[in-house]
Amino acid sequence: MNDLPRLTRQQLAARVAQDIPEGAYVNLGIGLPTLIANYLPPEKDVILQSENGLIGMGPAPAPGEEDWELINAGKQAVTLRTGGAFFHHADSFAMMRGGHIDICVLGAFQVSVTGDLANWHTGEPDAIPAVGGAMDLAIGAKRTFVMMDLLTRSGESKLVEHCTYPLTGIGCVSRLYSDLAVIDLSPAGARVVELAPGVTIDDLRRVTGVTLGEG
Amino acid sequence: MIDKKVTNCATAVRAVNDGAAVMIGGFGTAGSPDELIDALIEHGARDLTIISNNAGNGDAGIAALIREGRVRKIVCSFPRQPDSHHFDAAWRAGAIELELVPQGNLAARIQAAGAGLGAIFTPTGFGTLLAEGKETRRIDGRDYVLEYPIHADVALIKAYRGDRWGNLVYRKTARNFGPIMAMAAKHAIAQVSEVVELGALDPECVVTPGIFVQAVVPVTSTQRQGLAA
Repeated sequence: MNDLPRLTRQQLAARVAQDIPEGAYVNLGIGLPTLIANYLPPEKDVILQSENGLIGMGPAPAPGEEDWELINAGKQAVTLRTGGAFFHHADSFAMMRGGHIDICVLGAFQVSVTGDLANWHTGEPDAIPAVGGAMDLAIGAKRTFVMMDLLTRSGESKLVEHCTYPLTGIGCVSRLYSDLAVIDLSPAGARVVELAPGVTIDDLRRVTGVTLGEG
Repeated sequence: MIDKKVTNCATAVRAVNDGAAVMIGGFGTAGSPDELIDALIEHGARDLTIISNNAGNGDAGIAALIREGRVRKIVCSFPRQPDSHHFDAAWRAGAIELELVPQGNLAARIQAAGAGLGAIFTPTGFGTLLAEGKETRRIDGRDYVLEYPIHADVALIKAYRGDRWGNLVYRKTARNFGPIMAMAAKHAIAQVSEVVELGALDPECVVTPGIFVQAVVPVTSTQRQGLAA
């Protein structure tokens, strides 16, 4: 099972970046999705929004150049591209909830074949819950992608028929980019769009245990 | 003559009574009105309900307020952070009540209070634990949750420049909750890096018009370092 050839995180980030078109307004979630920014070519005008109140986000500043009043949603120092802008939180979430953001890419604990997302809470009773903007992002963007390893470290599928972790949003994820395959999700179920090199549909069915359509 | 300038934080925070609901601006360390919070700790008000995005970072600001046992309840979206140890300890000890609100709903509910709305229908959170027991409605084929405004007695915010009428501009992502919290609180106190003459702020660029602000306090503030990447 674990001997399946997997895309590296960098390869996966580059793969997601391929599908982000020129002119798109995009929010990259905290964690793995932030890697995607490294694979958006500068000549392609993709505008990154960060929910704490900036649009036109640029890369991290050089060490020593940090301005701690210019940070991203992960509270890391960033820069602003020429043409970028600042705004308050209600406007920021209006950009999401109002359907102005074209693409949002999020990490996940679990995703269901119909696009339900669980990514904010493990449900453990002693875990301190924290939700941040996850629920707004999940349901607000025109298209919500998930980027994650398909299996947990112990080999359990994170693509499931029904999420067992507390939900972030219902039917909100339209596409899953994983280290083993790209899979479209819809009310009709999961459909494999693309397999990682060396992975077969039978491998995928075996490791996930969920119903997977093809083509 | 209108003059909302207050000479120091200690004088400004006398507006906070025991049991008050206090909005505190900031997202992480950006925009956190640390000097006002320090003065609030010194002032001694307790049994507070704090409305803020986070539940404190490190040992200053809201974290210090929690450490000193002044906070009965916190309404926020993201309490758990690598450096939220004072909140974590209080929460695990059962010493603080938490109302967890999705970040966009937090902003919308604060804005609704400032705008005088009775409630909002929001799609965020529908079908999740955070909407359990709440009224829902399907409007034009989409599902919404009924959420109520969040009001406050006092708001403590950090802006960049202000004038004696209370007009404010902010700096970069330190703006975050400042403008909407100023609107939602009965008494908004803004600490600013500089108080400028009336007319010095370009009226086309004023972010918070002075009608929403009751006190402007000059504070020579140093930025608090964020977390290392």
